[in-house]
Parts: sequence; C-alpha cells; structure tokens
Amino acid sequence: MTAAAGLAVDSAAKPPAFWVPFLKDAVLAALVAVLLALPLVGLQTYDIGGGALGIRTHFDWVAIGGAAVFAGRLALRVLQQLYRTRPTGRARVLISIAAWGNRQALPITLLGIGFAVALPFLPFSSRYLIDLGTTVLIYVMLGWGLNVVVGLAGLLDLGYVAFYAVGAYTFGLLARDLDFTFWEALPFSGLVAASFGVVLGFPVLRLRGDYLAIVTLGFGEIIRIVLLNWAPVTGGPNGIGGIPRPSFFGLHFARSAPEGVATFHQFFGLEFSPDHRVIFLYFVILAMALLTNAFTLRIRQLPIGRAWEALREDEVACRALGINPTTVKLSAFAIGAMFGGFAGCFFATRQGFISPESFTFIESATILAIVVLGGMGSQLGVVLAAVLLVSLPEFGRAFAEFRMLIFGAAMVGVMVWRPRGLIAHREPTLRLGSSR
Amino acid sequence: MAYFLQQLINGLTLGAIYGLIAIGYTMVYGIIGMINFAHGEIYMIGAFISIIAFLVLGLAGVTYVPLALAIVLLITMLFTSIYGWAVERIAYRPLRGSFRLAPLISAIGMSIFLQNYVQIFQGARGKPMPPVVQGGFTVFESGGFAVRLSYLQLFIMLLTLALMIGFTTLIAVTPLGRAQRACEQDMRMAALLGVDVDRVISLTFVMGAALAAVAGLMVTLYYGVVDFFIGFLAGVKAFTAAVLGGVGSLPGAMLGGILIGLIEAFWSGYFSVEYKDVSVFVVLILVLVFCPTGLLGRPEVEKV
Repeated sequence: MTAAAGLAVDSAAKPPAFWVPFLKDAVLAALVAVLLALPLVGLQTYDIGGGALGIRTHFDWVAIGGAAVFAGRLALRVLQQLYRTRPTGRARVLISIAAWGNRQALPITLLGIGFAVALPFLPFSSRYLIDLGTTVLIYVMLGWGLNVVVGLAGLLDLGYVAFYAVGAYTFGLLARDLDFTFWEALPFSGLVAASFGVVLGFPVLRLRGDYLAIVTLGFGEIIRIVLLNWAPVTGGPNGIGGIPRPSFFGLHFARSAPEGVATFHQFFGLEFSPDHRVIFLYFVILAMALLTNAFTLRIRQLPIGRAWEALREDEVACRALGINPTTVKLSAFAIGAMFGGFAGCFFATRQGFISPESFTFIESATILAIVVLGGMGSQLGVVLAAVLLVSLPEFGRAFAEFRMLIFGAAMVGVMVWRPRGLIAHREPTLRLGSSR
Repeated sequence: MAYFLQQLINGLTLGAIYGLIAIGYTMVYGIIGMINFAHGEIYMIGAFISIIAFLVLGLAGVTYVPLALAIVLLITMLFTSIYGWAVERIAYRPLRGSFRLAPLISAIGMSIFLQNYVQIFQGARGKPMPPVVQGGFTVFESGGFAVRLSYLQLFIMLLTLALMIGFTTLIAVTPLGRAQRACEQDMRMAALLGVDVDRVISLTFVMGAALAAVAGLMVTLYYGVVDFFIGFLAGVKAFTAAVLGGVGSLPGAMLGGILIGLIEAFWSGYFSVEYKDVSVFVVLILVLVFCPTGLLGRPEVEKV
C-alpha cells in the first residue's frame, strides 16, 4: 500500500511526457485562433439593399481555421523537438543551398540571362508569356533599384514608388507637351527622379532608420495626392494617355507609319505582326534591368559602394573613420531613385497610359517585399522573388484574391525565420586577411 | 467666428480619435522602440468588430442605446485586444534582438495581411452604419450660421477624456504601470529586477489595441461608414500625432492627436479638402526634421 503511494508520488513528480505541453500549447493556439476568427470570419456582413447590412454566419470556417491552427502548431512543436538535437538543421540546408548558389553564381547568372534572352523565341513562348516576362522584369529592375537603398545602404524606403511615379510622369508630360520620344525622355526621367531623391533625402537622411521609413512613406503619399489633385498639369485621376511607344532606332512598330517614317517590318522585310513590339519592349526592359544590375555590381567594388555597406553595418564606426554619412546615404538614395525613374519611364511607354492609381503604397510594399523576400542585398534573390510574387497569381484566378494576403504573411514569415532573406547568405564583399 | 468654432469642434472630435490611436503607437515605441505599423489595421479591425457587434445586438433585440453602446464597447475592446496580443506574439516577439529594421518590415507585412484578411472575409465595399446616437444642440448662433455640437461629438470627447484619465492613473499607480515605466527606461535592468518583460510588452500591445478599438468604434459612429482601407491613413496620421507630441509620452500623444485633428479640420475648412492629407504629411516631415523629440518628448541619446 505504502509502496503504491510512493509510486504514485514518484510518477506525479516526474515531468509529464514531452507531448503534453505540446498538446496544451496547440490547444491554446487553436483557442486564440477561434477567438480571432469568431467576429471577422464567423460573422460576415453583407449588403441587403437600402444601405443596410445583414449578417451571415460561417462558423464552419472558424472551426476549420481552429483545427488547422491546432494541427499546424502541434506539427511545428514536434518538428522543433525533432530538430532540437541539430538546432541549425533547417537553416543549414538553406545556407548550403545559398552557399552553393554563391559558388555557382556565374553559371547560374549566365543560364538565367541566356534563358531570358531566348524566352521570346522558345517554342512554348506566347504573347501572354512575354507580357508577363516584361512585367516581371519591371519588378526585377525596381527591386534592384530599391536594393541599392535598402539592401546595400540599409535605408528603409517605404515611398520608392514616388520615384517610379516621377519617372513615369516626367515622360508622360514631356511626351504630351514637348513631343519627346521614349529614348529622348529616358535620361530626363532618371535625372528628375534622382533630383527628387536628393531633394527629399537632403533634409531627412539624418533621421533614425524607422523615422526615415515613415517620412519616405509620407513623401510617396504626397507625390500621389499631388498627382491626383493637380489636374491642370497631371490630368488628375484621368492620368495621361496617348504616350508614344518606343521606336527601334527610329523605326516604328506599326502597320503603317506616317509619311517619311519607316516601319520596323518594312525595313527588315518582315510580315507585320503586333508581336514585334511586345518582343521589342521585352528586350528593352531586359537590357535596362541588366544594366542596372551591372551598374550595382560594379559600384559595390568602388569606395562609395563599400561605404554604403559599411554604413549599413555601423554608422557610428563609419563616422569615426571619416565617412560623411549624409553624402554617402544621399548618393544611394539618388541612384536608387534614378533606377526607379528609368523603370517608371519604361512603364509609361509600355502602358501608353499612366494615372496615380498605379503608384499607391501597395506598389511600394510589393517592391519592398521583393527585396526583403529575396534577401536584402542579394541580386539573384530579387530575381527569384520577383518571378515568384508576380507570376504566382497568374497561375489561377482563384489564387489572385489571396495574393496580397500571402505577400503579407510571407513578409512576416521571412522576417521571423530568415531575417536576412530566403537566399541571402552573401559573402562579405571584402575580407581582411582572406586566403583567396 | 461661428465657422471657426464649428471647425474647432469638428477638429477636437477628430483629434480625440487620432489621440486614442496615437497612444498605442507611443506606448509601444516607448518600450520596445519600434513603429507598430500594423496598429492602424488594429483600429480598422476595431471598427469592423464594432459594426458586427451592433448588428448582432440589433438581431438580439437590444435597442436601448446606452446599453447597446456599453456592450459594443466592451465586446470591441475585448476582441480587438486579442488581435493586438496575437500580432505581437506572432510577428514581433520572435524578432526581439534581430536587426533594427526587421520588426518594422514584419509590421508592414502584418499590416498588408490584416488588410487583405478583412477584405477577403468582409468584402471590399464600404460598410454603412445607420446613426446610433442622434441629435445635438446649438452652442452658438451668429449671422444665420449655427454652431452645432452633436451628442455624438460630446460622447466621443467625454469618453476620450475618461479613458485618458483612466489610463494615466493606470500607468501612474498600478504595478503594471510601474513595470511599464521601468521597461521603458531600461528593459534589461527591469528584467534583472524581476519584471516579466515579455508579459509587460504583451499587455502594452493589448492596452494599445483596446484604445484603438475604442477609436474604431467612434469612427464607425461618427462617419457611419467603414472599409478595410481606413487603417492606413488613420495609422499614419496617428503616428504623426505621436511623433508631434513626443514619442513615449502619453499626454503628448493626446495633445498631438488633437493638434493633428485641428490642423486637418482647419485645413479642409479654410484651404482645400483635397490636400488635407498632404497637410498632415508635411507636419510629420517638418516635425521629424526640425524637432524629432516632439513637444513633450525626452531627447533621445544614441548609445553605442
């Protein structure tokens, strides 16, 4: 009898089996999920006409959500337990992939560029695919431009879309009022955007990182509101239409050109096809994006590029070493803005129509998501993230509704698990006493 | 004069709402030094929950207005607080000690997520809300222009005042408030002296969310229409208010909120409605550039 009592005491003192706290944890998580979902998912408001609202209940969705959270949380905890013996197991796989990517950077890059160049001529290629490729490349270019600011210089810019808008509107206005063509306006777009970068950057770059982020956000919104309301110049919400398409060394992409101007298909003796222009636009943005990349890779080797990265790591140390943070940050800001302006100019010529609607905060957030998900500072990561984020919703309309939802969740997830981005295991540009 | 007075009343009402949201920003920034970018979405969620609560009460047959208001207030605060808690637990707690911009990026992701979550489950259209508190009285009349103070405006101002007094007392005298002030000064030292820092931070988020929920309820009643996008602008404006008043200072947040409300009301009353948002952004930029400590804030010392 006493022995049995002793046994009972023993078993009570023993820590419970490892899965008990897991189960408790999962139940709690599911409970919170149900409470969260109850008002907003379980009770859905809908119009019943006459400006009144009715309520539909979806408690089944709440139950499904709760069950999913329970299962997910349990699985997560069990996986964590399994990996506890090798704490870096998951991270190691990703790092080794990234390291492999770094070693094989040249072949991967060449392969990627080769594929991009060949894309319009591949047998399965279509007009739709090339259009999609063009969109992806615009985001790649924007991502690479923002990467200079966020990834290299470590300045969080939440209003990057402002420079994109400035570039687009510069071309739109030049084309409407002064009959500029795309190629004539392109340098101006970059220049004007860069000057906007300097004008904005000069007063605010002394601010702390997150204050800077909010101010750039405010700046982006100011630009958008001004574009929206300054109707006599910008056309207000109607935007600017009839923006000219780019020409190929003066050759137009049209069935029949105006008097005295040659068309592309006549000059090369081809059958007219509207695809020519689509393919041409694709190659223009590909070239622009690659130039952006080449420029960034080169400037990283220069003192100014090194100063950006040094400043990102430790501002106080940089000041002590005689680097002037304001000018260094300003140059990053201006160069990032310039690329944004170029991309905006291309966007205007591709769409033929621009309005403030294309330049909302969500656009800034999308570009930022591309940079962050790819891994800040990684050029290859930007490409992967842009392909993923832009083309995913194209594979199924049902999915498109959830695109931004997944965006947001992915941004949180990447920050929580891999704060340096998915494939950002970038070697330092410079190493002291390196063996190589 | 009468027009001025009317704008003053409108501005104060608006300012009370901004001030309540700004307190959430300022408390969080004071303790963990991050901009809780998703706070505007918490306010939006509060507004939605209040509409849903009103509808459910209407179906349940609760028609006595003060009772319905009180119940909706409690329900909204409760459920919105859970959102505030969950956001902190999921998106910010794992990032403590990560590099400086990580929490901000995570917060932006959270903000996008919450916006689209509400859009998907509640629809993108604006949700109309019939007026609950009606009527008012004429304060002053001159030249055929009557200055009106509606009961709703009075309710908003009085509730804000009551909440301000309540929360100031809470911070000043309760053990939780003491722990919060300790964490604000030196989180590591507070932890060494036995303050449960994680719990304090969680409760700070809960308190901020509860106040944002009240602001959401107020805006539902005041404007009578709510959509999933209201959190963004209100968030930026409330953040501006927090910065203007001095980040980390509770009365400062309220003062900043009222100033922002007044600036917005007078700007749209005397200059242009189109550029009223620009006026707030310009104030934000000017304050941050020329006076980053705000009106009632303490200067920040950068430590290496």
